[in-house]
Amino acid sequence: MTGAEQPLRVLVVDDEEALGIGVRRVLEPFRVPTGESAAEAALEVRIAKSGEEGLDILKGFPADLVLLDYKLPGMNGIEVLRHLSRDGAKPMVIMITAYASLETAVKATKMGSYDFLAKPFTPEELRYAVRKAAEHILLRRRAERLAAERRRIRFEFLSVLAHELKAPLDAVEGYLDILVEKVPGQSAQMLGRCQERITGMKKLILDLLDLTRIESGEKNRELRRVDLAGVLRRGVETQSSRAGKRQIRIEVDAPPTLDFLADEGEMDIIVNNLLSNAVKYNSPGGRVSVALRRGPGGVELRVADTGIGIAEDDQRKLFKEFVRIRNAETAGIPGSGLGLSTVRKLTMLYGGDVAVESLVGKGSAFTVRLREAAPAPVQNAQV
Amino acid sequence: MKKKTNILVVDDDKDILDQLTLVLTDAGYEVIAAEGEAQAEERLIDARPDLAIVDVMMENQDSGFMLSHKVKKLYPGTPVIILTSVSSVTGFKFPLEAGGEKPWIKADSFLNKPVRPELLRNEVKRLLEACSVRA
Repeated sequence: MTGAEQPLRVLVVDDEEALGIGVRRVLEPFRVPTGESAAEAALEVRIAKSGEEGLDILKGFPADLVLLDYKLPGMNGIEVLRHLSRDGAKPMVIMITAYASLETAVKATKMGSYDFLAKPFTPEELRYAVRKAAEHILLRRRAERLAAERRRIRFEFLSVLAHELKAPLDAVEGYLDILVEKVPGQSAQMLGRCQERITGMKKLILDLLDLTRIESGEKNRELRRVDLAGVLRRGVETQSSRAGKRQIRIEVDAPPTLDFLADEGEMDIIVNNLLSNAVKYNSPGGRVSVALRRGPGGVELRVADTGIGIAEDDQRKLFKEFVRIRNAETAGIPGSGLGLSTVRKLTMLYGGDVAVESLVGKGSAFTVRLREAAPAPVQNAQV
Repeated sequence: MKKKTNILVVDDDKDILDQLTLVLTDAGYEVIAAEGEAQAEERLIDARPDLAIVDVMMENQDSGFMLSHKVKKLYPGTPVIILTSVSSVTGFKFPLEAGGEKPWIKADSFLNKPVRPELLRNEVKRLLEACSVRA
């Protein structure tokens, strides 16, 4: 299996050109055992002579490991570290320093440095430090691969299961549809309840699939310009008959159009989940206030209701899978406990978040913030 | 007396087949029921249906699409309704979702399972009327 492992990318940032070249000469022939049978990982080394150049190289060369000099012309090592910790996929850092003071060490460690190499160092010391960091990186890679595999298997299992569960439900539902047309009065009412419960069960299966598909990265995302105001209008229309039955008013404050780079299906899921909850957990004669607007660096959607509200303790659990707040108020309301968990996972794909404010007996307000920038690849949505 | 309109109904789920038969018979149609791709092909040789309703996944994952193709080849004027229970929501990837395949499938209508009796009756009526106008 040798060669299956991706090479480890190493960036050396040091203003001493000779040091960079020396490090490359030592590391390029060096091989790190991956811990999986006889596989080894090679090292690919790039050199930068300043912090600025280093950060520039990282844009096209996502390094796994950075050997970073503390004393650099222009931006110093600590400042480079600060930049690195701001970005998402941050490399591991080994600080190189001739001034190995405790103060420097503490500062660098706080900024996320993994290890130190004191100048001057021998090739053996360099290999030892790199090997230690590399083993860490390889382990992390392996854990990520296993997690992705686990998500994929869970998704495949669930999509087969969902289909197998849906088929018998379809058959039962088909008979009920026919019977409802044939029987009178109270029996028809009972059949109606059967239909509703089956619809609820199917919704649960599909919600579960949606959720797994998002976290496994199996969902084919189509990113394009989407009119969020249109998505919102559609969502309101979908809920309007259910809202009307309980005299709930839906008020919308949104621009006529709002252009946003997104996957339309994902926007539908977010909007529909929030609106459907706001109607479901509202009081008869209540109100749903929806506001959509551009916020700093993205968009903000706020859905507020005048319903039963959520106690503070419960608010913390709200976004977890299969969590349903169970109390006298929610007792008769069907739900899978997956809606908000799905919403949260989706907002994460857009570098955003979802927040809740609520008062028991007064109502709840959910605010979703999504960033306009192209979202991170689905696989990075750690859940 | 005018011959009754006959509809070929194909589904390997006996319950669904019975339901479709019941709804369509009640609506005054003559139903030719088939429990799969092979049986449907035999029925097709016997008589030309005025309309065909076929499930997608039977013996094979694409049985419905193959049948639709055959019906159209034998009897170009017969409208075909394809029933799907595996739509995009269940996560199965089907040719149906690849837009390019649709012209090849040549079905006139796609309905999601389970089909409400009323929707089924309306769709059958609409397609039959459309083809009698064409004729």
